[in-house]
Amino acid sequence: MSDLQIRRHTIIAWLEDKPSVLNRVTGLFSRRNFNIESLNVGHTETAGISRMTFVARGTERDLQQITTQLDKLINVVHIEDVTNEPAVVREMAFVKVRTTSQTRGEVMQLVEIYRASIVDVDMSSVIIQIVAPEDRVNSMIGLLENFGIEEMVRTGRVAMVRGSSSHGHSHNASEWTTAPSATVPVVAERNGHRD
Amino acid sequence: MSELKTGGQIIWESLIHEGVDVVFGLPGGAILPTYDDLYKYDYPIHHVLVTHEQGAAHMADGYARATGKTGVCIATSGPGATNLITGLATAYMDSTPVVAITGQVSTALLGKDGFQEADIRAISMPVTKHNYLITDIKDLPAALKEAFYIARTGRPGPVLVDICKDVQQATMEFTYPTEVYLPGYRPNILAPDPGVIDRVARLINEAQRPVIVAGQGVSMARAEAELRQLAEKANIPVATSLLGIGAIPATHPLSISWGGMHGEAYCNYALQECDVMFAIGARLDDRLTGAFSTFAPKARIIHVDLDPAEMGKNLTIDTPVVADALMTLRALLPKVEPNEHPAWLGQINEWRSESVERDILTQETDELVAPYVMRQLWYATNQGDATIITDVGQHQMWEAQYFNHTKPRSLLTSGGLGTMGYSLPAAIGAQIGNPQEEMWVVAGDGGFQMTMIELSTIMQERLPIKIAIINNGYLGMVRQWQDVFYNKRYVGTPLYNPDFVKIAEAYGIPARAVTSKEDVYQAIRDAQETDGPYLLDFQVEEFTNVYPMVAPGKSNADMIRRGRPVEN
Repeated sequence: MSDLQIRRHTIIAWLEDKPSVLNRVTGLFSRRNFNIESLNVGHTETAGISRMTFVARGTERDLQQITTQLDKLINVVHIEDVTNEPAVVREMAFVKVRTTSQTRGEVMQLVEIYRASIVDVDMSSVIIQIVAPEDRVNSMIGLLENFGIEEMVRTGRVAMVRGSSSHGHSHNASEWTTAPSATVPVVAERNGHRD
Repeated sequence: MSELKTGGQIIWESLIHEGVDVVFGLPGGAILPTYDDLYKYDYPIHHVLVTHEQGAAHMADGYARATGKTGVCIATSGPGATNLITGLATAYMDSTPVVAITGQVSTALLGKDGFQEADIRAISMPVTKHNYLITDIKDLPAALKEAFYIARTGRPGPVLVDICKDVQQATMEFTYPTEVYLPGYRPNILAPDPGVIDRVARLINEAQRPVIVAGQGVSMARAEAELRQLAEKANIPVATSLLGIGAIPATHPLSISWGGMHGEAYCNYALQECDVMFAIGARLDDRLTGAFSTFAPKARIIHVDLDPAEMGKNLTIDTPVVADALMTLRALLPKVEPNEHPAWLGQINEWRSESVERDILTQETDELVAPYVMRQLWYATNQGDATIITDVGQHQMWEAQYFNHTKPRSLLTSGGLGTMGYSLPAAIGAQIGNPQEEMWVVAGDGGFQMTMIELSTIMQERLPIKIAIINNGYLGMVRQWQDVFYNKRYVGTPLYNPDFVKIAEAYGIPARAVTSKEDVYQAIRDAQETDGPYLLDFQVEEFTNVYPMVAPGKSNADMIRRGRPVEN
C-alpha cells in the first residue's frame, strides 16, 4: 500500500504575519511529535502574509495529520502538500571550503560542473553558493568534503508550483485574505449554541 | 466623537456585548485597573471571587458545559495566570468554550523579568485554541471579539487574552466590532457532502451488525432527538463515549451504555464485533478504543466530526465525514431504511445478561460500595433528574456505570485531561449557570482535597450544591493499577485524610459521614431536603475495584472482568 510508504513531503503554508506565529507552528510540531527536516519562512507577494515551506517525513496519513493540525492554527491561512504537484523545488547553500593554491583549480572545476558560483575568495578558503535541488546540493557537498568544509549554511527547501495549479486556483495569498470576513451578531443570545 | 474609554472599561463592555453576566476570578496587581473599572462603573456583571485561580478556570468550564454559553475567568499576571493552566488544559481537551483574561506587566516591563511576569501566551499556547498578548489598546476590541468568536464556534475551546497593565489604563474611542477578520479560520463550512451521505447511508443500510458511537459532539450540536430517530428507525444500538453520556437516555432500549477501558463489557463486545460503526461527535481516543490496531477489527468505521484533524488521527477510517453532527443526522435520516437487526440485538442482549450476572450489585454484599451509593443517588434524584459533576478516578467510573443518565449534559466530567480536583469548582460554575438544577459533586477523597478550598466559594455564593465524597482512604484508581500491574505495592496511594465532616462544618456546611448501606438513601434524601449545600462522606469498602478493566495498550477484547458469583 502506498498509504504506508514513508516519503519526504514538501508542504507550503501561508501564515498571517502576526507576533509569535512561528512559535505556534514549531510548538505544534514538537507537541504533536512531527518530524520536520527543514523549514523556511519569508515574505510573499501579499503584505501581511508569510510563506513557509517545510519538509516532513512520513506516510500519507502522517502528513494528513500534520497539514490538518497546522491548518487549525488560527494564523495559518492556507496549507498545501505539493509533493505530487509539478513544482520548482530548490535549496540554497553557502559552503566555505578550505583551498590552497594547489586545490583551488579543482574546486573551481567542481563549482562549474554543479553550476554553483564562488562568491568570496580568501587565501585559504572560498565561499561557494549553490541554488539547486536538494540532491544536487548534497552531491556537491559530498565532493567538497574531500577538500575540507570549514562552515556551511543551508536554507532548506523552497518550492513553487509550476504554471497554474491542478487545484484550479493560483497560489497568490491574496486569494485567501480578501474573502469576506465573518459578520458576528453582537446580541447576547448568540453567546451559545444555535437552536 | 464618542467618549474615551479605558482598556478596563473596554474589557467589561465587550463582555457585556458578548452576553456575559458572570465571571470567575481573583485580582492582583496587573489586573487591578480592570477590577477598579468594574467597581467604578458598576457594570452588570457578577464577579465570583475564587480561592485559587485553578478554580476560576474550572468554574468557567463547568458554567460553559452546563449552559452551552462561553465561560469567562480572570486572573492577574504571573502566578495568577499560570494557576489557570490546568483548568484551560482541561477545557481544551474536552472542547469547552472558555475565555480567559489575564493581566500582564506593563509593556515597558515586558521581558525584563519584573515582579509577577510570566510569558503566559507561550505557556498557554499548547492548551488553548488561540491566544493573544495585547500591548496596544487599539488591538484590544478586535482581540476580545475574536476570542469569543473562536472559543464558541467550530470545535469549541479555550482562548486566552493577556492584556498589559498599561493597556488597561490607556484610553481610546470604543465601538465594539461587528465583524471578525480571520482569514485562517473558517469554521462555518458545516454541511456534509451529499455524495458522502449517500455512501454512509448505503453502509448503514447494508450493515448486519451496526453500532452508533455517540460523543459529546452530539449534545454540543443539540442533535439528541435526531440521533434517537436514526437509532430507532433502523434499530441500531447506541454506545457513547464517556463525554457522550446523556446523548441517548441510558434507559432507552437501544442504549448499550458506554465503552472503553471501564465501559460495560457488553458494550465493548458490541464495538468489537460490529461490522459498521457510525461514530459521531466522538474523537475516538485511547480510553475508548484500547490499542488502536485492535479496535473494532471487523468494522468499516464512519467518522463524523467537525474537526478535519480528527479524521484518521487514531484509527483507519473507512468514511470520514467532516461536518456538523446535527446537519449530518438530518441529511442521513431520510436515506436510512427501516431495519430490525433481530439477530444482532439478540446477541447483544445475551452479552448484556451475562454482564448483569457479574454485576457487583447483583452479588449480595453487606459492605458499603460506591456502585450502591451511585445507584441510590440515581433513585433519590427521581431516576436521574439532576446534574452530576464528577472528579477523576474510580468513583468517576462507578458514577458513569451506575447513575443512568437520562438527560443530555447531566454529567460534567474531565474526560480528556483527567483532572483531579475538577468537580467542586466545575459544579460551582455549573450551579451559577443553572441555578434551578439539582447538582451533585461526586468526588474521591483524593481529588476532593485538591480543590476543597472552594467550599468557601460555595458559601460566599450561597449555592445549594450537594457533595458526595466516595472515601476509600486511597488514591483508588492508582491503587487499582498497583493491584493489577504492580503486585500490590501501594506506594504513594494510602491517604492521610482529614475529618471531612469537620472540614465542611468549618465552612458552615452541614455534613454527615455514612458508613453503612442502610443509611445511604436516607442520607441522600436528608441532603436534598436541606436548603443550601450539604456534604456526605461515604466511607466505602477500601479495596473494591472497577470492572471491567482494559489494561492500557491492550485490546478491548481482553477485558479483565469481575468473576461470576459461582466462581467466587
